[in-house]
Amino acid sequence: MKRSWYAAPYAVWMALFTIVPLLLVCYYAFTTRSGAFTTENLTRIFDYAPVLFDSLRLALYCTALCLLIGYPAAYFMASRDMSRSQSLAVLILLPMWMNFLLRTYAMMTLFENNGVLNTLFEALGLPRQQMIGTEGAVLVGMVYNFLPFMVLPIYTVLKKLDPRVIEAAEDLGANPVRVVTRVVLPMSVPGIVSGITMVFMPAVTTFAISRLMSSGMIYLMGDMIEEFYITMNNRNVGSAMSLVMMVLILISIGFLRKADPEGQGGGLW
Amino acid sequence: MVRKSRGAVKAFKWTYLALVLAFLYVPIAVMIALSFNASVSRAEWTGFTFDWYAKLFESDAILAALEVTIEVALAATAVSTVLGTLGAIGMHAMKKGWASLLLNLSYLPMTTPDIVTGVSLMLMFIFMKIPLGKGTMLMAHIAFDTPYVLFAVMPRLKQMNPNLYEAALDLGCHPLKALYKVILPEILPGVVTGALLAFTMSLDDFVISYFTSSTDQNLSMVVYSAARRGVEPTMYALSTLMFLVILALLLIVNRRSSLEKM
Repeated sequence: MKRSWYAAPYAVWMALFTIVPLLLVCYYAFTTRSGAFTTENLTRIFDYAPVLFDSLRLALYCTALCLLIGYPAAYFMASRDMSRSQSLAVLILLPMWMNFLLRTYAMMTLFENNGVLNTLFEALGLPRQQMIGTEGAVLVGMVYNFLPFMVLPIYTVLKKLDPRVIEAAEDLGANPVRVVTRVVLPMSVPGIVSGITMVFMPAVTTFAISRLMSSGMIYLMGDMIEEFYITMNNRNVGSAMSLVMMVLILISIGFLRKADPEGQGGGLW
Repeated sequence: MVRKSRGAVKAFKWTYLALVLAFLYVPIAVMIALSFNASVSRAEWTGFTFDWYAKLFESDAILAALEVTIEVALAATAVSTVLGTLGAIGMHAMKKGWASLLLNLSYLPMTTPDIVTGVSLMLMFIFMKIPLGKGTMLMAHIAFDTPYVLFAVMPRLKQMNPNLYEAALDLGCHPLKALYKVILPEILPGVVTGALLAFTMSLDDFVISYFTSSTDQNLSMVVYSAARRGVEPTMYALSTLMFLVILALLLIVNRRSSLEKM
């Protein structure tokens, strides 16, 4: 028996559990409950255009905030004069793998009406704030969950950057700001691009974060898919929405790939 | 003058990173602290208690979810470790074209959003008329765990001297015995890392489990339904325990994989 055959069970399993389900999503998206062909499921999505728009808008805000906060963090972690930056990197990146639900739950505790932040406000003589249910709270929850996904690829790229390039720029008289804007930033574009992908994707598809941080008042695409599948038991429209979401994501990945053709930003590995 | 400003820059960098770390860890720390708070209210601290932890182990629903979580994680780890390791060995011996096709297939579940993976698997199980429960959750977990094992084993195979296996065969070793006696010991560290990673991912999963099981709940699903009702201190205790276990596992995996890279 040839050694390559050892991969056969793996190949069969992966095809069965990734390709077949995705094909079924397409099938359900274009059929009625009884199985006849239709495009009505897709057109029904336009009824929910505001939800779609909100999801995209919040995901964009979240991605922008993650980039603003995450880039300096990655840059500082990767800088040469930081000792012990390796263990720091582990600490900042670890939450990436930790259950997002538990982390959102922790955030909820801080933001609740009777929560820790409001108690703190009161102690400082400030008025109590209604935070849960606002877009701000959802956004904080999203940034909190997805920030490490932005930091990792940028950090990886910056760490690999040849320090002599920066030294050369310094020797040639560039001031620190110019070194960053003309040398470091352009060279870290692949990292930025893959960071944007890695944050935008989960942000636009999130469902539990918005529900918990807004106690159900803010409704995003992910929440809608959940509702169609679980509560309303309408798998056809749910599938149509999943399909639209997948296509949106593939398009955005395609755009970003153009900016980083060699995939230098590196994914998780 | 120059030295002084350099010191200031360094202080600024540390402050910034400390703030980011605080943002990431303070909510978790607060939750852990509240799990020991005698008061049900989050607003006041009325004393230290283990009561919420004790209550955890009195709840049948939580104990049942714990059982489901561990059973599924162990079984998924066992199956995905075997599938993933054999897959990596096979792919390593394959022609370029097929190997890259299979590699892309392995990336697919990692790039598909969790919610889509979840609903698509749910559709398939419903289509195949398999009732959604522990069994379907297990199959789904195997599906997303296996690529992690594969990607942990692959680098080990690439480092291995390809002549060793050939030599074993030339010396009359049966291919299966060569697999067991020559290849496996070489790649074992990667296999163990992959298995640990698969176990962690399985313990950690919420979205895919949520969509692929309705009769049986795992711990994350219990936390979600409790969180939708509002905040309960027993859930803080449960979340704290889950955090600590997952954190410990992640640190072990990280240690192992960074040692291998060196």
